[in-house]
Amino acid sequence: MSVPILKQGDYLIASIQSALTDSEVLKLRDDLADRVGNFRSRGIVIDVTAVDVIDSFVARSLQTIASTAKLRGAETVLVGIQPDVAVAMVQFELSLDPLLTALDLEEGIAALRRSTGGVDEDGR
Amino acid sequence: MADERRVPIVSDDDMVTARAEGRALAAHLGFSRTDATLVATAISEIARNIVVHAHDGEIVLTPVYGDSRYGLVVVARDRGPGIPDVEAAMQDGYGSSNGLGLGLPGARRLMDELHVESEVGRGTTVTMKKWRDRDELERLRERRSDSR
Repeated sequence: MSVPILKQGDYLIASIQSALTDSEVLKLRDDLADRVGNFRSRGIVIDVTAVDVIDSFVARSLQTIASTAKLRGAETVLVGIQPDVAVAMVQFELSLDPLLTALDLEEGIAALRRSTGGVDEDGR
Repeated sequence: MADERRVPIVSDDDMVTARAEGRALAAHLGFSRTDATLVATAISEIARNIVVHAHDGEIVLTPVYGDSRYGLVVVARDRGPGIPDVEAAMQDGYGSSNGLGLGLPGARRLMDELHVESEVGRGTTVTMKKWRDRDELERLRERRSDSR
């Protein structure tokens, strides 16, 4: 199943809906790199609330997505890492550096606004 | 009581199946959600080793019912090229040119036991175990329900 990517203002929101295969992770990477250019996006939020396993491949792919987006002029923030997934990543000694993370979608968008210097639609 | 489950590993779809089976068995054995996630993550790593290096293999999940503890045993078998230096493969960063260097050492940190047998040209077998201690209360409850 491919991951839907929504455009919201200057940002793209990729909300992963279920466990992904490795090829689906790679497709998400390529899709996001394309869309950042097509929509001239300044930020990406990847929501992993529904992801039950972040292993070395997924972690590395997420880092690649962030680095690729950065080269295309966009910041990436990862939101929704589940508590048990976070514990597994620590025990595995997996790091997502230099990826930004936030608790949920709302916090993620706030983090993007801070790092891209954007303003809210209501001008705040 | 659950029996062993056998998952053929040929493509990356099978990795998702193996992870889900591992998680289901861990839940059945009374492991916490976090421990089930540790097991599923370790399975993901060794299943990927099969897909990438051997292209064909299987993962067998077996429950162990002891009086003082329950266990989940994961055996991953393939007839791939084998690992020339198992000791080195257990170190972080081994073979990291293709980015797969975290698999075995990472899986070992997630599980209680991990053992690798490999023969060049014949294949590799990885055996991993996760244990859950059963407390007095749990055993007492079980004895009561057995005697009913």
